[in-house]
Amino acid sequence: MTASVDARVAPSREVLLDARNVIMQFGGLRAVNDVSLQVHTGEIVGLIGPNGAGKTTFFNCLTGLYQPTSGSVEFSGQPLPPKPRLAVRAGMARTFQNIRLFHNMTAIENVMVGMYSRTKTNAIDAIFRLPRHRREEAASTERAKELLDFVGLTGSGDTLSRNLPYGDQRRLEIARALATDPKLLLLDEPTAGMNPQETRQAEELIFRIRDSGLAVLVIEHDMRFIFNLCDRVACLVRGAVLVEGPPAVVQNDPRVIEAYIGMPATESTTPNWQQPGDNPGEGVEDA
Amino acid sequence: MVELFFQQLINGLSLGALYALIAVGYTVVYGIVQLINFAHGEIFMIGAFGAFVTWMLLGRPTDWSVATSLLVLLPLMIIGGMVASVATAVATERFAYRPLRNAPRLAPLISAIGVSVFLQEFVRLFFGTIPFVGRIPGWPDAKSAVPFPSIPGISGQTIQLGGVLIQMPAIFTLGALAVSTVFLWYFVNRTKTGRAMVATSQDPDTARLMGINVDRVIVAAFAVGAALAAVAGVAHGLRYGNIDFRMGFLAGLKAFTAAVLGGIGNINGAVVGGLVLGLAEAMATTFIPGQFGSSAWKDVWAFVLLILVLVFRPQGLLGAKVVDRA
Repeated sequence: MTASVDARVAPSREVLLDARNVIMQFGGLRAVNDVSLQVHTGEIVGLIGPNGAGKTTFFNCLTGLYQPTSGSVEFSGQPLPPKPRLAVRAGMARTFQNIRLFHNMTAIENVMVGMYSRTKTNAIDAIFRLPRHRREEAASTERAKELLDFVGLTGSGDTLSRNLPYGDQRRLEIARALATDPKLLLLDEPTAGMNPQETRQAEELIFRIRDSGLAVLVIEHDMRFIFNLCDRVACLVRGAVLVEGPPAVVQNDPRVIEAYIGMPATESTTPNWQQPGDNPGEGVEDA
Repeated sequence: MVELFFQQLINGLSLGALYALIAVGYTVVYGIVQLINFAHGEIFMIGAFGAFVTWMLLGRPTDWSVATSLLVLLPLMIIGGMVASVATAVATERFAYRPLRNAPRLAPLISAIGVSVFLQEFVRLFFGTIPFVGRIPGWPDAKSAVPFPSIPGISGQTIQLGGVLIQMPAIFTLGALAVSTVFLWYFVNRTKTGRAMVATSQDPDTARLMGINVDRVIVAAFAVGAALAAVAGVAHGLRYGNIDFRMGFLAGLKAFTAAVLGGIGNINGAVVGGLVLGLAEAMATTFIPGQFGSSAWKDVWAFVLLILVLVFRPQGLLGAKVVDRA
């Protein structure tokens, strides 16, 4: 927790993701309208907004699944390549709002699929079982086990992913994304459907991921979770960024509250996102 | 009666092994791109012709010893067949299917039928002929059946086991299926490309988002299927003693039936489906009495079996990994 405070104190970090004026138009519907967002190295950035605000569409623009109608996305100073697999190669990995594991593969196989773009062995090596193939297979298996340990799935490697409990499936998705060796991890509602204890575990996991040197961009509806976790939060409403800033600023912004609750904010209707004593020493004093 | 049963068991299994080797190609491609590659029978035919051409290029050896034939000539012919069929399959994918990847499903299907006719006619018209130049002296014409080279130690050889007579080509076919199945299992489960294939068959979009080069995976699927089809082509040549440009049609149809029987999209299903279909044909022609049991009826029984399986177990004997998207 203190680490996240430190991160806020040191703002001079390299820009990792730089999305400028991204517009995504589907026929007559402008799902993402002129969104600009930066993510710096070692930063956790939250993306909130009511349902249909365009958060996932924006994610899809970042990962090459959609080609933005206009606007630019730069990653590590390079224009983002338009194909998903090249975006992965550049260092961007994601999880999904609805879990999209390879259900008939074991947990460890799922993670090893994530390593596809980082290994050099090819079908020819495999057919003749050249040393490179065996070496890389052994290294991949080893790394996959490490990642399963890292997300807390020790011992579940040989379970078919469809047989894992729900919370474990979410963690396996994160392990698979980490296997692509990303610089930026995009998490689409990582705590959807989780109980409070699982949510705390997820939070702790995301902090560990950040501490291992990755930047994280996270979409979430659980406000307490997001204001606790993030260094910066952007609120997206009807495809546009309404407010962006530190959690304490965003959570008290009347426009954000209005977008969620749907009426003018007064003292009495201001929701208490952050319950006192829930996370001592966190959040408010930064404002 | 018992001897007859075992005789037909062997005949059926070896015929089934031939179907299984071809069926894998249908099922692997279907599992990944949901395309029934109707040109796959022709890939099998081209594998057989590739092996034949290799033999021609080696100087039509007929007097090699059994050892040299089995250890040098046959492997070279198989490799030659694989090169021809894999090249054809990859080119087909590139030029006939990939441009239609996002088209309605009917389009690549029609394209596949077109490719099938194209390849048949291409072999019929141009085998042994260089376009605009003319015939190559000494090369046979493929407009009718071409005698397949006989391999000393296999062609025409038999083993007597009790009252059962086993043809050496049948043993070759079964052995080839066994080796191919082991190889395939290893490839799918223990290599990066294999894992990428399974992942892509389950969810192509997610696979893409995990960094998998889906185009390359699709090419690999076509290549693997074509390589096994080439082995089947050689086995067919050894078994029947001749090859012709039409041989891919019925063999392809039967192998497709085998793939559906086992559960299309499922590799183990293709092997099981092939063996079951071969056994069914062999047993039906022997144990069904009267005129319905004559060998002319074997195709009827094969397809009756298909219809029964489809009515009572539409997902095939072993079910399919991709039924939800079929």
